[in-house]
Amino acid sequence: MKSSPTIALVGNPNAGKSSLFNQLTGLRQKTGNFPGVTMDKKSGTWPIDAQYTATVIDLPGVYSIYPKSLDEQIVTDILANPAHPDYPDVSVVVVDASNLHRNLLLFTQVADLGVPTVLALNMLDVAHQQSKVVNSVRLAMSLGVPVVRINARTGEGVDLLKKAVLGQIQEPVLPGKLFFDPADEASGLIADTKTQYKLTNNYLALQYIIQHDGFSFLNQPQRKALDVIIQKHQFSETTFQAGETITRYKRIAAIVTEVVSDQRPANQPTWSQKLDRVLLHPVWGYAIFGFVLLLIFQAIFAWAQPFMDAIDSGVAWLNGQLKESLPAGPLTDLLTDGVLAGLGGILVFIPQIAFLFLLIALLEESGYMSRVMVIMDRIMRKFGLNGRSVVPLISGVACAVPAIMATRSIGTRRDRLITILVTPLMSCSARLPIYTILIALVVPSTRILGVFNLQGLALMGLYLLGLVSALLAAYVLKVLLRTKERGYFIMELPTFKLPRWNHVGLTVWESVRSFVWEAGRVILAISIVLWVVASYGPGNDMEEAEARVKQQNPTAASDALQDRIASERLEASYAGNFGHFIEPVIRPLGYDWKIGIALLSSFAAREVFVGTMSTIYSIGSGADEEGVTIRERLRQERNPETGEAMYTPALAWSLLIFYVFAMMCMSTLAATQRETKTWKWPAVQLVYMMALAYVTAFATYQLLK
Amino acid sequence: MSKRSVADLKIGERATIESFNNQLMSLKLLEMGCLPGAEVCLHSKAPLGDPICLNVAGYCLAMRKSEAATILIDN
Repeated sequence: MKSSPTIALVGNPNAGKSSLFNQLTGLRQKTGNFPGVTMDKKSGTWPIDAQYTATVIDLPGVYSIYPKSLDEQIVTDILANPAHPDYPDVSVVVVDASNLHRNLLLFTQVADLGVPTVLALNMLDVAHQQSKVVNSVRLAMSLGVPVVRINARTGEGVDLLKKAVLGQIQEPVLPGKLFFDPADEASGLIADTKTQYKLTNNYLALQYIIQHDGFSFLNQPQRKALDVIIQKHQFSETTFQAGETITRYKRIAAIVTEVVSDQRPANQPTWSQKLDRVLLHPVWGYAIFGFVLLLIFQAIFAWAQPFMDAIDSGVAWLNGQLKESLPAGPLTDLLTDGVLAGLGGILVFIPQIAFLFLLIALLEESGYMSRVMVIMDRIMRKFGLNGRSVVPLISGVACAVPAIMATRSIGTRRDRLITILVTPLMSCSARLPIYTILIALVVPSTRILGVFNLQGLALMGLYLLGLVSALLAAYVLKVLLRTKERGYFIMELPTFKLPRWNHVGLTVWESVRSFVWEAGRVILAISIVLWVVASYGPGNDMEEAEARVKQQNPTAASDALQDRIASERLEASYAGNFGHFIEPVIRPLGYDWKIGIALLSSFAAREVFVGTMSTIYSIGSGADEEGVTIRERLRQERNPETGEAMYTPALAWSLLIFYVFAMMCMSTLAATQRETKTWKWPAVQLVYMMALAYVTAFATYQLLK
Repeated sequence: MSKRSVADLKIGERATIESFNNQLMSLKLLEMGCLPGAEVCLHSKAPLGDPICLNVAGYCLAMRKSEAATILIDN
């Protein structure tokens, strides 16, 4: 027997799988309270005894081995394929004792696949509250596998689980016969499949038949061959699968009546259900959700501000220190104006992302998020979305990348695709600095009706514009993407639970870490490239430009002269040449070549825009209040043709609208590509959002001009 | 009058599942414990009356009205 066995944790959503995973591996990670949170493969090591150290894999929560969504597919792919690298030596099925019937359905399927199994009986305390007593010895006898009573939250029973798993590794005990033997009903079909694929297990053979299109380990000829067998036996997959579920439930019902005593009638309203009456109430339900949204926005925009300011001034201070202590030269410039400025642009978003994911994690952990999905489903459906689209759309306010990854729990393919395509229209936190600076430039900071700040209202308007356009785009896509697939929304409403703070903390840490790492690398690379193309030019154009300025202004004050030189040098640089090159295209939107450089540089990540603007307008060096300085500088900028202020309201609004719609984020496109597995959809996303941005910005500028 | 379905239940009303009228949908519902012979109780409705929340098999299950309409019940 190998000394590093693989253990898979399998179970229904909310059965306590991830909590048990934490207990076993000590590798803290997250458990959600609504179906489908554990998405990526999570694994860790579990020292069982001196001889064995197991690799534990936490599989996504499922109700059966017939997958309903993308993240559920992996469970079947592993358990039905003994050749899979993650195929377990033992699978631990975590079962919610307060709902044995539904949980045992999955258990009997896993056991029938022939994997050595241990049943971990969890949530006995909840069952106890419902005055259910489960006789685990009898359960083990009727099922024919070891049953261990555990408490995944406290770690009680983990030692016993160790012994049981060890037993299953050394001398596997399998149930004497299948809980459901497909050969009873379709012996010819099963026999043919077993012969063709050299299988020994009847139930595995059935899975080959029913799931032959889904299994990732079957190739095209194998699928065709299975089609032939199905044809030959006139086999109806759906009828058979329905029959299987009913037969299994019958067996389970017989077992459960034997092992559970004092069954309480199912429909008594518990405190959780009473709470639901309020949270799903036509008035209170939306009022509470509205309040929660308000809280999230308050956290992102107000509570995060002091932290962001601190990071901002910290980076500025460090920048100043480095400039003073290092010898002047291109390397120092690259480090300070290139690398550090780029890094600062990333770090400053951490507080907002942390706050957003803290609140979302709390909502998920408590079970409230599933209620939000229920009350929003009807409205979202009108726009071709799904109740489950709410989480991605809310997350999109911080960053579209984790938001797009959160769409995996949406079972309907079209709903999921539409959600992915429109999520980037939600104004993410990278747009916020652009909004802030441009609004401050053209909207007066006056109060209306004594309470509303005009600038705040303008900001809110831009966010609303993002939301409304996301919904409208979804509607258009719904009309365009006709499908025969029937959308559905069937979801367990888990009982309310107190959040586990270690899980919440871990979620926040994970999202911040992946943001800094994923987005950070792109932004860092761009800022370095940008610094290079802005610092060097073709031939010695830049030196000539500098000499020309000096010649033209022999008497100018040194500060003003330096500014002039920097600006002229920039125009002569590669970046300046780019800017001039695209100027004809962006001229109708009101932009000049300088904004062109900023647009180009922020093409891969929009947060670069502000940094580029400061570089272009040659400020930022020694300025500790960068925001104010750049605003002042933009205000002073003159239009070379008219001599009037360059940043007119028409131009500023045109830019604002452009950034609401434009798809300026490589990381998002990469996420879309990963999640849709084609280049088609990121291309569609890029083209439709860019077209939308161009047309609306054009209209805005021409109307306001 | 055509057969009543779970979608026709009033809040607090109980019924027994008899059969389904959509096979693909029934696969999902069966797995979630909506079995012929099981008792269901409409526990609450989302605002706008859709989706609805059922008590079935000892837990709370939310589904759209169109899905509930595929679950036929005893009168």
